[in-house]
Amino acid sequence: MSNLPAHARAVVIGCGIVGNSVAYHLCRLGWREVVLIDKGPLPNPGGSTGHASNFIYLVDHSKEMTALTVESVNQYKEMGVFTQSGGIEVARTKERMQELSRRMSSAASWGIEPVSLISPAEVKDLVPFINETILLGGFYTPGVGVVDSLRAGTIMRERAQASGALQVVAKTEVVALDVERGHVRCVRTTTGEIETDTVVITCGVWSPRLARMAGTRIPLTPAVHQMIDVGPVPRFSGAKGDIEVPIVRDMDTNMYERQAGGDLEIGSYAHRPILYDPEDIPPIERAALSPTEFPFTQPDFELQMQHALELVPEIVGDERVGVKYAINGILSLTPDGMPVLGESPDVGGLWSAAAVWVKEGPGTGKALAEWMVHGSSEIDLHSSDIARFHEHQRTRAHVRARAAEGFNKTYGIVHPSEQWASNRNVRLAPFHERERELGAAFFEAAGWERPMWYESNASLLEEFGDRLTHRTAEWESRWWSPIINAEHLAMRERAGLFDLSAFTIFDIKGPGALPAVQRVTLRQMDVPTGRNVYTPVLSHNGGFKSDLTIMRLGDDHFRVVTGGASGMSDKKWFSDHLPADGSAQLFDLTSGMATLGLWGPRARDILMSATDDDVSSEGFKFGTCRTIDVGTVRVLASRISYVGDLGWELYVSIDQGLRLWDMLWEAGKPFGLAACGIGVYGTTGRLEKSYRAHGNELETEYNVVEAGMQAPRVKSEDFVGKEAHLRHREEAPATILCTLTVDDHTSKSGEKRYMLGREPVLTRDGHAITDRRGRRSYVTSAGAGPSVGKHILMSYLPPEHAVLGNGLAVQYMGERYPITAAVVGATPLFDPENIRIRS
Amino acid sequence: MRVLVCVKRVPFTGGKMVLAADSMSLETKHLGFTISPHEECGVEEAVRLIEANGGESVVLTLGPPEAVEQLRDAMALGIDRAIHLQTEGAEWDPEATAAAIVDAIRADEAASGPFDLIFFGNESADSGGFQVGLRVAGALGRPAVTGLKGVRLDGASVRCEQEVDGGRDVYVLLMPAVLGVKEGLNLPRYPSVPGRMRAGRKPVAVSTPSRPAARLELVLLVVPPGQGRRAEVLGNGAAAAPAVVEMMRKIGVA
Repeated sequence: MSNLPAHARAVVIGCGIVGNSVAYHLCRLGWREVVLIDKGPLPNPGGSTGHASNFIYLVDHSKEMTALTVESVNQYKEMGVFTQSGGIEVARTKERMQELSRRMSSAASWGIEPVSLISPAEVKDLVPFINETILLGGFYTPGVGVVDSLRAGTIMRERAQASGALQVVAKTEVVALDVERGHVRCVRTTTGEIETDTVVITCGVWSPRLARMAGTRIPLTPAVHQMIDVGPVPRFSGAKGDIEVPIVRDMDTNMYERQAGGDLEIGSYAHRPILYDPEDIPPIERAALSPTEFPFTQPDFELQMQHALELVPEIVGDERVGVKYAINGILSLTPDGMPVLGESPDVGGLWSAAAVWVKEGPGTGKALAEWMVHGSSEIDLHSSDIARFHEHQRTRAHVRARAAEGFNKTYGIVHPSEQWASNRNVRLAPFHERERELGAAFFEAAGWERPMWYESNASLLEEFGDRLTHRTAEWESRWWSPIINAEHLAMRERAGLFDLSAFTIFDIKGPGALPAVQRVTLRQMDVPTGRNVYTPVLSHNGGFKSDLTIMRLGDDHFRVVTGGASGMSDKKWFSDHLPADGSAQLFDLTSGMATLGLWGPRARDILMSATDDDVSSEGFKFGTCRTIDVGTVRVLASRISYVGDLGWELYVSIDQGLRLWDMLWEAGKPFGLAACGIGVYGTTGRLEKSYRAHGNELETEYNVVEAGMQAPRVKSEDFVGKEAHLRHREEAPATILCTLTVDDHTSKSGEKRYMLGREPVLTRDGHAITDRRGRRSYVTSAGAGPSVGKHILMSYLPPEHAVLGNGLAVQYMGERYPITAAVVGATPLFDPENIRIRS
Repeated sequence: MRVLVCVKRVPFTGGKMVLAADSMSLETKHLGFTISPHEECGVEEAVRLIEANGGESVVLTLGPPEAVEQLRDAMALGIDRAIHLQTEGAEWDPEATAAAIVDAIRADEAASGPFDLIFFGNESADSGGFQVGLRVAGALGRPAVTGLKGVRLDGASVRCEQEVDGGRDVYVLLMPAVLGVKEGLNLPRYPSVPGRMRAGRKPVAVSTPSRPAARLELVLLVVPPGQGRRAEVLGNGAAAAPAVVEMMRKIGVA
């Protein structure tokens, strides 16, 4: 007999920590007739929540992840299921000590307090059974703790049930999801069906299987995390609670040790990646333990025993202490290490909250519910957006390759520019062979291989020798080359040729195209054909959803050009806002088009010598675009610049891209054209012009006025975020985006150090800076400014600090460096009159 | 003294058992492997005897290459070394198994002296033939007793307690002897981490006996009805008491 309702406002599938919290927050935000369903029994239906180690560290280098974690801890505390224990990330190596000082910086940037770097003796005081003699120190976070995630799930479920908004159905398995005309309509289960327009997949490691039922994908893979439990530990006999001693993360060995009542739990991310498919997970009735507790594979744990013995010999070396329990626990890994949240780009009404761990569960549930109910969440979720994946990134092979590569970096020291090694060379620009010949150092963007710099430009080092900074510290010279700065100067003095093929490009066409693009853009799109417009795209709360460029190519034809990283979620955003009557359509051109950038004072000379079309200052004005002939190649040229120099973006069909490169290269020789990498485009050229970047300066947590990007007037047409934007224009901004320069790079050791971004901005005497909305000031972008001779930082500063010439400090690798506010607002350091760009 | 304990790698079943497509074996895709609780007690008893009396303990198995895991598990608990009679994986019948074990015992004893005691689990956890231990004892001409829940050395003899309905039968055997032991003989220990690490360094002698033609043939496996039912939570804390009482009445134990 079925107790399923016939209809539901939403069906949440999966009763782990995530499903319970999504359901609870949906009901809290006012949704009724929500159904929460699981194939397993309650309170532990057998997923990863049931075997989680349940401890929560607060500091992550990712702002988004830290925000979700902090919100989760607040909720766990409110529910009374959080036991504060403190936690110490210990270092065995000098490299790790440096990493721990980076964690101090991230803690300050994201406002996690208190935290401290402590000595081995202090570690020993806190964790008396540790062998401090092998340690160099530790990063101590007193706010770390352990939660009862099953209890938390039950509390949230019961609260929602008590409000009458939620119905819970256990031991009922979903067998099909019906999709009609691109939208989910019905959930079929072993005990009946529920009609609904909204389904949330919160099925953890099973999520890909559910997504497939609806004909789409959730790119994650089940993977093993090994855990053993040893006891009884004589020292813990008589323990009153679950945990009384700080949790230790042995970062250099990818392991953790935590008290669990009278026992010690030892976990590892050090073993070989062991990946599964959802189909490998047994049905509940066939599982010896829980379905997600696989048989322990002892050979994978041999080295880890040695490491645990080194760190906690008193317990692990005690012959009386036995291994009571050992599992290969199954958890979710994604290709980029972030969760998979949001509405499917393929199926309307089908939402995902997957690859979410216990530490960020309730915060994620709240954020997703806000997104579903209000259209956007308070915490910016762009790094977790399910729509972020490009097609190849959703293939099983890619997911497995990157998950395997990322697994052993769980506690790793990951450089902010670190490149993936697996599944490379997926998308190649037509110029790829030429770039290879020039010694390109390829970095990946959205699967595209992009030159970051060219080794063949090493000859420029001599030419610009006295104007280049050389980084001696290993950390900031990793994934970097002084050639970037030399290419920058060559571009500023002569001209540079850039491969910009990683752009995501799509057309909006049809009689409804103009209102469609107006609806999602801040700037006026009703411009003459042949104009290009750079515009923010706002979220409902008036924050930055994206920023991009739109060319008007005809009355009913707009071409959107946006970054590879945000391209797919931008595409979904535009698609979602197309008119329901079909009067405008979106066409993705990304894989059919290649893009070159040609900039520098000699850019016009070069283009002139390659084309018969009029590209003179008068004949081809800044802010316009049109198709020109370059030899036999038809090229859409757009006069715009992200590096602050005269020039064009040149769009060409992939098949003729190589020919265009060769012609420009030939034409450029007499003018000293240099191939330039993305190091110039994305960092040095951009920062000298104080151009903002999405994901750095531009996030939903900041608004247009704060970013200094408000236009004199707001267009009369309605657009997403308009109401909030009008309100922001009336308010005094809580913070203002500024450009700062570093006054002195000299560290205590005398070595010059160069910040890379995300570091805390402090007062000169070392105090954190917080705006009236509680946001910390931190470096949103950092990089060299070779033409201005300064290392440039960008940061939001509250009005009292956003004062030209104001002296502040940045904390980097455990030391403070003096910095000065060089620009308040959008005026750039280099060529503030924009003479070059308009020349 | 010298003690041998013989063990068999078997699937660790906890949920519903499912047969392979040919109904000749258990589907083990989702299962781990272990030894039977009887054999765990045999291992524990062997370790305790050597701890108390000195000497050497040896664990023996006949099974696929992966069965080395079970040998290491036993050595992690304190067994000194292992003999692995490696097969290609298919189940051997009890007669063939016993013959191979007898050959291995004779070879080991020729080199290192007789085993005072040879422990078997009373029966294997999977096929449950109750045969191998007795066949080995018969072939070696040694006294044997099975169903044991008590073992105590007494000079050159071993005093054995066999569980029977309503009490225990006590036998005294002259060593060397073969003993079939049952769960409840002792409380096996957990392996310590140092024990696990030592196990990796202990010697495993591997040989590949040739399989004789089977005279005992498995025809088919059948899963009995009602197997694999799951526990049901009747409630939490004191509030669960009435439901528990009601259930006990229903199944006739209260």
